[in-house]
Amino acid sequence: MFNYFLKRLLQSILVMLIVGFVSFSLFNFVGDPVNNMVGQEASEETREEIREKLGLNDPVYTQFFKFVVNASNGEFGLSYELRRPVSLLISERLPATLELVLVSALIAIFFGVLFGVYTAINRDGFVSNFILITSLFGVSLPTFVIGILFIYLFSVILGILPSFGRGEVVNFGFWSTGFLTISGIKALILPSITLSLFQMTYIIRLVRAEMIEILQTDYIKFARARGINNKVINNRHALKNGLIPVITITGINIGTLIAFSIITETVFQWPGMGLLFINAVQFVDVPIMSAYLIMVAFLFVMINFIVDIAYYFIDPRIRLKEEEAIK
Amino acid sequence: MIPQIIKTFLDSDIGYSFKKSKVAIVSSIIFVTIVLTSLLAVVIAPYNPFDPKSVSLMDAFTPPIWSIGGSVDFLLGTDQQGRDMLSTMIYGSQISLIVGFASIIFAMVLGVFLGVTAGYLGGRYEIVVMRFTDVQLTIPSILMALLVDGIARGFISKSLHNDMAIYVLILAIGISEWPQFARITRAATLVEKNKEYVLASRIIGLSDIVIMIKHILPNILRPILVIATIGLSQAIITESTLSFLGVGFPPTNPSLGTLIRFGNNFLFSGEWWITFFPAIFLVVLALSINLLGDWMRDALNPKLKVR
Amino acid sequence: MTFLKINNLDIEYQTRKETINASRNVSFTLERGEIIGIVGESGSGKSTVANAIINLIDKPGKITNGSILLDETELCNNEEVVRTIRGKKIGFIFQDPQTSLNPLFTIKDQLVETIQTHTDLDYNKALEKSIKLLTEVGIENPHKRINDYPHQFSGGMRQRVVIALAISCEPDLLIADEPTTALDVSIQFKILNLLKKLTLDRNLGVLIITHDIGVIAEITDKVIIMRYGKIVEYGKTHQVLSKPASIECKSLVMSVPPANKKIDRFKLLSPEGKQIIDTSLNLTNNIIKNWKIRDLSNKKLLDFINVTKVFDGIKILSTKDADDKIQALDNVSFSIFEGESFGLVGESGSGKSTIAKIISGLLPPSKGEVKFENTSLFDPKNKLKIKKFRGQIQMIFQDPYSSLNPRFNIKDIISEPIKFFQKNIDHYSLDQNVNDLIDIVGISRTSLERFPHEFSGGQRQRISIARALATKPRLLICDEPTSALDVTIQAQVLNLLKDLQEQLNLTILFISHDLPVIRQMCDRVAILKKGCICEINQTESIFNNPKNLYTKELLRLMPKIESII
Repeated sequence: MFNYFLKRLLQSILVMLIVGFVSFSLFNFVGDPVNNMVGQEASEETREEIREKLGLNDPVYTQFFKFVVNASNGEFGLSYELRRPVSLLISERLPATLELVLVSALIAIFFGVLFGVYTAINRDGFVSNFILITSLFGVSLPTFVIGILFIYLFSVILGILPSFGRGEVVNFGFWSTGFLTISGIKALILPSITLSLFQMTYIIRLVRAEMIEILQTDYIKFARARGINNKVINNRHALKNGLIPVITITGINIGTLIAFSIITETVFQWPGMGLLFINAVQFVDVPIMSAYLIMVAFLFVMINFIVDIAYYFIDPRIRLKEEEAIK
Repeated sequence: MIPQIIKTFLDSDIGYSFKKSKVAIVSSIIFVTIVLTSLLAVVIAPYNPFDPKSVSLMDAFTPPIWSIGGSVDFLLGTDQQGRDMLSTMIYGSQISLIVGFASIIFAMVLGVFLGVTAGYLGGRYEIVVMRFTDVQLTIPSILMALLVDGIARGFISKSLHNDMAIYVLILAIGISEWPQFARITRAATLVEKNKEYVLASRIIGLSDIVIMIKHILPNILRPILVIATIGLSQAIITESTLSFLGVGFPPTNPSLGTLIRFGNNFLFSGEWWITFFPAIFLVVLALSINLLGDWMRDALNPKLKVR
Repeated sequence: MTFLKINNLDIEYQTRKETINASRNVSFTLERGEIIGIVGESGSGKSTVANAIINLIDKPGKITNGSILLDETELCNNEEVVRTIRGKKIGFIFQDPQTSLNPLFTIKDQLVETIQTHTDLDYNKALEKSIKLLTEVGIENPHKRINDYPHQFSGGMRQRVVIALAISCEPDLLIADEPTTALDVSIQFKILNLLKKLTLDRNLGVLIITHDIGVIAEITDKVIIMRYGKIVEYGKTHQVLSKPASIECKSLVMSVPPANKKIDRFKLLSPEGKQIIDTSLNLTNNIIKNWKIRDLSNKKLLDFINVTKVFDGIKILSTKDADDKIQALDNVSFSIFEGESFGLVGESGSGKSTIAKIISGLLPPSKGEVKFENTSLFDPKNKLKIKKFRGQIQMIFQDPYSSLNPRFNIKDIISEPIKFFQKNIDHYSLDQNVNDLIDIVGISRTSLERFPHEFSGGQRQRISIARALATKPRLLICDEPTSALDVTIQAQVLNLLKDLQEQLNLTILFISHDLPVIRQMCDRVAILKKGCICEINQTESIFNNPKNLYTKELLRLMPKIESII
């Protein structure tokens, strides 16, 4: 068992190193870091001084090494645009994004799997078709359009939900949460539903396709031939087999949500990492872009690792393959 | 020749499925209409919104024709600069479609090439290619596109950003979409590669390239086509998202996404049509493509065949 | 009171073009303690009838007429009643043990669940019963193995588990749909014996669906022959197989390769019942002229020398997964002489396909040499010469449905090899060549413009043969060429191959797992087991006087029609 995890861990570290390298290259080769720091007028000596201080004259591998060490400590330097430490900027924004993503993920996965399974078991029928048609709409509606629509409906016309910001937050430690205030929760509703909708429709269609395929397998047919009733077949057999792809979907889903949060945060002016990143792209603020890249990669890698662990416990074929390989 | 192709299509199994599906017919009509309209923008659009002479600030904020204050000159109203909404939308859709098609073709060519060669040639090459594919597939395409966009901006001087926007976007979206082509192509290639007619050709001594092009490629077109169709709508949505976020097309050459972005500012002050109409247009376009893609996926799926 | 009575059963499938009658007017009876077989070629409707009894026909099929009475209870279109009976009174076994079991549940879970669905037993009692069942079906060490997952069992063992599941709730009727088709010969024998034993011990009524006449002969008391949905003959197995009454049945029995002697050609019957004397000899003078038929000199044509083949996984960063190595062949040697028909027999995993792939150039050997006319086929220095030789070794394959490119028409399929070796051939000569080839295999010239999907399995195999002959090969490798074909079609194709061999002085390497077929087709035979040759000898010697233990086993275990006639 440890072998399996160790292998996965090593792979994860390798991926992080590669991402780190890409990030590092960004830093060094996109635009001139010195130019960005001091502007046009600085003299040649000042530039040379800064270059020396930033260690830009060292060989590439030394720079990379320093970069990796710094990055693992969360040290990414100063933002070109905002002149504040990147690590601070990120830690301020992180809770906002994570809370938004968490709530959206729960909504998307819960309803996605529920509707996906339902429409697979009840292939025809009004409710199924309704869900499927709505899901088709969902895939065609860009997230920002949904957001704008919601804002128009609930903020402009009905005026019951806020259209921007997080509402009141409660701080403890370095975390700030919006879960504990009414205005915080209210502010969370529209953005999280917007963010979850695109993913939910995706999940519905994926789960449905998986379940339908499972329901047509020989072992399900054999179970029916043995007289096991439909309910048990659906809930026990089909679902357990369907769990494996759902876990993969969940893993990828959270990653996609983090990416799409950029859009949602822009529409709703949600003060999270996504908004920070978009501004960084517009102004070519490389330190922030770099740091965001690494942060996001880290989250993905972690999620993948957890997914791999889950697979191990659910699919006996993987377990046994590993155990036999050791003998 | 074209009528002949259409006739063969309509007689085939796929054509039968098409005729039976009202959804497929309607969505293809809508899609073709939009494409034709945008292609013939110069002829169809009532105005050229980028011609400064035809635009006047006096006409700004005119509501659509059925509202109070609307005018026959501007069927769907005008935006904050006085440009006719209908015209800007038609021109905007032209841009969106160009980027959509170009990026998908780019992604398809790259992805299919890598997928077929990886699947057929195997070995270390395949492992390396598939690693790249898998890794990139875990990155959501929007993020990938943003990254490429951001990096490109870093290399291009600020003054050229607007002119180069179209190429940057095609590159960015193309790079973000190739892995899904590669993955499906490789999977299909692996299946075909083990079929006995391929073995027969190898025994004769045909070269790998000939086998890949003449034997394997024509037999794996179906799933590629489905992915391409759905990918097209994804590309269009991605482009409009990037434009909405401010890193896509600039206001001097707006795509539908850019129009929505600026219209958004006027949502609260009551000029809803500036953002509304481009949004509907975008959704209708994406929806029609998705419906077609959905129908295609079922029609071309051998497993779902009703005997 | 009859146990199972089927009366006038009609089953239809609606497609967009037409209505297909899967079964028409099917009637038969089955008593307890009796084993009935339904045999028929593909499309005969036999599986559909079996599925109809437990009301699990694949959509869009449905029963349109008739009755199914089990102990006087009507089952036809009566889902509610059938639902209570499935598993409890009727047990069903599917063909492929690989896919019949849910991979994520242990055998214990699947057994206990089934038992508890139909009985009131508590968990421990159900567990006890499950272990007893495993013992009954012949699984050793049931206390330990019950906790295993399906993929930890071999194919034969898995089928035993499937049988255990099917009989777990003490059904009276057992339906087995091709229960041994996916299994090796030796395992097949054991499973059939198991079914016989269970029938006796439990007084079951058993319905076996199969396409294998040998299986019918070994195990059934009565047999039903079906064709195109209709029953063409029905009676005691001994009677039907030794004195068939209907033309279809006669045709079927005549096409079964005898296990106890070698015949020259299979006798074929036309649909009217007359014997077809005229075989597929459609050689024109052109072919004989073009072929430059060589005289047989009885030299060694192919030499397979000390070949070992190991399959390695490819790794970029070496990990501990070195267990991916598979040894397909271990020091195999044999020779094939000009003009002879050499057979290669083995079960799955024996390496016979690997040998075919090595000789035809698809795979290189890991060790050893392969020489064709004394030239090594894998010498890197001789690449050009080897390329020319490639045309002299051709192959036909097992699966008629994947051996032709669905996008090419027949003409293009056959032309491709010709054009490859004669790059500048003119249209007229090419057409001549193609026409000759299509004549020689007995397919009409109008087929040339059509596409593979318009042809049946047997026709496709003929087209494959035409393609293989296009380069005028001297060695033709036949890798299970008739295993996927119906018995009567197999007889035709085997006749064709024999004709071609005689007329064109071909040398044939015939690979099969089917011993009677090998006996009919081959002069000499090599028996393969797990990558090693057990015995090589003249065919008649091997069949009449086997020396090797494995060979003896194989001969003893193969299901043969002679066991009953």
